[in-house]
Amino acid sequence: MTSLKQTILGAQAVEMRGPWPRCVVGRQTWHQAAERLQNGDWALMGLWGEPDFAHMALIECETSQGAVLSVACEEGAFPSVGRLHPPAIRLERALRDIVGIEAQGLPDTRPWLDHGKWGMRHPCAHGRAAPGPVPYGFLAAEGHSLHQISVGPVHAGIIEPGHFRFTASGETVVRLEARLGYAHKGTHSLIAGASLERAAVLAGRVSGDSTVAFALGFALASEAALAIDVPPRAVWLRALLAELERLANHFGDIGAVCNDAAFAIMHAQCALLREQVLRAAHACFGHRLMMDRVVPGGTQCDLGEDGARLLLSLVADVRKRFPHLVELYDNTSSLKDRTVGTGILTAALAQQFAAGGYVGRASGRAFDARRTPGYAPYDALQFEIPVVHAGDVNARVWIRINEIGQSLALIDQIIGRLPTGPVRAAGSVPAFQGTREGIALVEGFRGDVLVWVRMAGDGSVERCYLRDPSWFQWPLLEAAIEGNIVADFPLCNKSFNCSYSGHDV
Amino acid sequence: MRRLLLKSLVQGPLTEPAPSADENALVELAARVDRASWHRLGRTLSIREVDAGSCNGCELEIHALNNVLYDLERFGLRFVASPRHADVLLVTGPVTANMREALERTYQATPEPKWVVAVGHCARDGGVFAGSYACVGGVSAVLPVDLHIPGCPPSPSALLAGLLALLESVSKPP
Repeated sequence: MTSLKQTILGAQAVEMRGPWPRCVVGRQTWHQAAERLQNGDWALMGLWGEPDFAHMALIECETSQGAVLSVACEEGAFPSVGRLHPPAIRLERALRDIVGIEAQGLPDTRPWLDHGKWGMRHPCAHGRAAPGPVPYGFLAAEGHSLHQISVGPVHAGIIEPGHFRFTASGETVVRLEARLGYAHKGTHSLIAGASLERAAVLAGRVSGDSTVAFALGFALASEAALAIDVPPRAVWLRALLAELERLANHFGDIGAVCNDAAFAIMHAQCALLREQVLRAAHACFGHRLMMDRVVPGGTQCDLGEDGARLLLSLVADVRKRFPHLVELYDNTSSLKDRTVGTGILTAALAQQFAAGGYVGRASGRAFDARRTPGYAPYDALQFEIPVVHAGDVNARVWIRINEIGQSLALIDQIIGRLPTGPVRAAGSVPAFQGTREGIALVEGFRGDVLVWVRMAGDGSVERCYLRDPSWFQWPLLEAAIEGNIVADFPLCNKSFNCSYSGHDV
Repeated sequence: MRRLLLKSLVQGPLTEPAPSADENALVELAARVDRASWHRLGRTLSIREVDAGSCNGCELEIHALNNVLYDLERFGLRFVASPRHADVLLVTGPVTANMREALERTYQATPEPKWVVAVGHCARDGGVFAGSYACVGGVSAVLPVDLHIPGCPPSPSALLAGLLALLESVSKPP
């Protein structure tokens, strides 16, 4: 069988900088790639398109070689990947909604992001007039005395909008189907044609909890495209911001999972730790969530001596207090009773959907973009990637607990070895002919974030693709909840904590 | 757990003093709150949060209001699960086209008297998403808005100052 490397060598290369190459392949090679995905040899990392081409990002599981394959559309259509490899289905449905290109043979032809409310169809292509809303048919579940529970898009808690359709037999969930797209803001369309600065601001608002990750991904992809050299200090500062973001989110979510099992003391204590991280971020970098701090060319902030001391004392404080909370979590049998064995995600599904972050790593998939393909400064830092195999809510909590330890160690190392010098690349990029492309994969707290960008010669962004890890995690939540009781859904949902806005963009 | 509880008992509350009510918010609200609602509500307000397509940044900071440092409930402000129990709709996001109907229906389900607070730059005028085919652009394009709390996202202190202004306006006879 042809390896991904051979496939790339045998195809027409397109210039794209970043960790992976891009090449244009024929329909047959595209189809073969779909078969390799189906067999589990390769993993799907993203699928997007433009009116003339469909693109997909892949990783060969054995060698970690990555690539982007592109296929030309014939009469606005390309061979469906989702027909053979289910993780692509929603991506292809979204692609038709937004760009108007059809995946031939796609088994599910319902619209996905398009709810018939935009006043137009295919906004990232020609923007045809829309027929208006059409009823959305949920998948059927048949059996004796089943009932349906529909939830959302406005939920009972303070959460993002989305609709969940449960079919239950008594207390047991027989099927869950999510309907998303409520938070679709047309970000890709707004970025197309925008200046680099504005595009970076928009990228930083794909998902507020991952603003550093998306801003970093966008910065890396655009810097690759434009061959901008980022000063070493900025490279390290970015990692510092990313680890602080990971810490804040993990604290918040560990507490929230416990809160969904009505264990309020963990929630209160973890929320306090989260608040301390956010306040430290505000004191050091001027923004609690660190929005707009990572920019193409470097960072919009620097770290003074006071800031470094503050962060080191934060790390020391967390190291002192957090172990007590971990002990509390682990020794409270009534809480563990809710999390152990609940919402199990099988290793096979995690592998098939290339589940990123703690969702994958709690089900045996040891993937972390900081290692594969890896990016600076993580190659110079020591850290471990915790992996467990149980796949339940408890396993996902434990991955986060262990990642907190790793992030603390990383923050220590970064502050201890922070290079001196400027934090922004000097000079501006001169205008050029044609277009230039770049790609990046970065590890947000939730998993790997993929960003592809094509820059125009005048310095504006021609096209961009921002893929949140949630695309491959939402469908897995539906699988993990099956056979669990309805009352455990909040617990399962929070342990995944998929992004609505990041998915809907 | 005993050790943790004991420590919490002896160390005293972590909750911080409240910020004063936002002056600008008081001015914006002056014309909005009438005597009838003051009579009915006194010093407590129930809040229903509606994410009308935000990036989730605002929600993170609204969540923080419930942590022990801000402790929103000490002011008589609390989040409720249904609009039918709410006096205030706290709306975030640029109001996506896909969320418009859900927002309108949530408003219709909220009993009178009711106030709408638009949280964040996006909720004011669409923010960075203004002009998108997928966004209506600001809560006031869909509902009458009584108070804007700006920010991207507003900090918990800013949210608190705005909500306290609302509480003050509602609980004082005009």
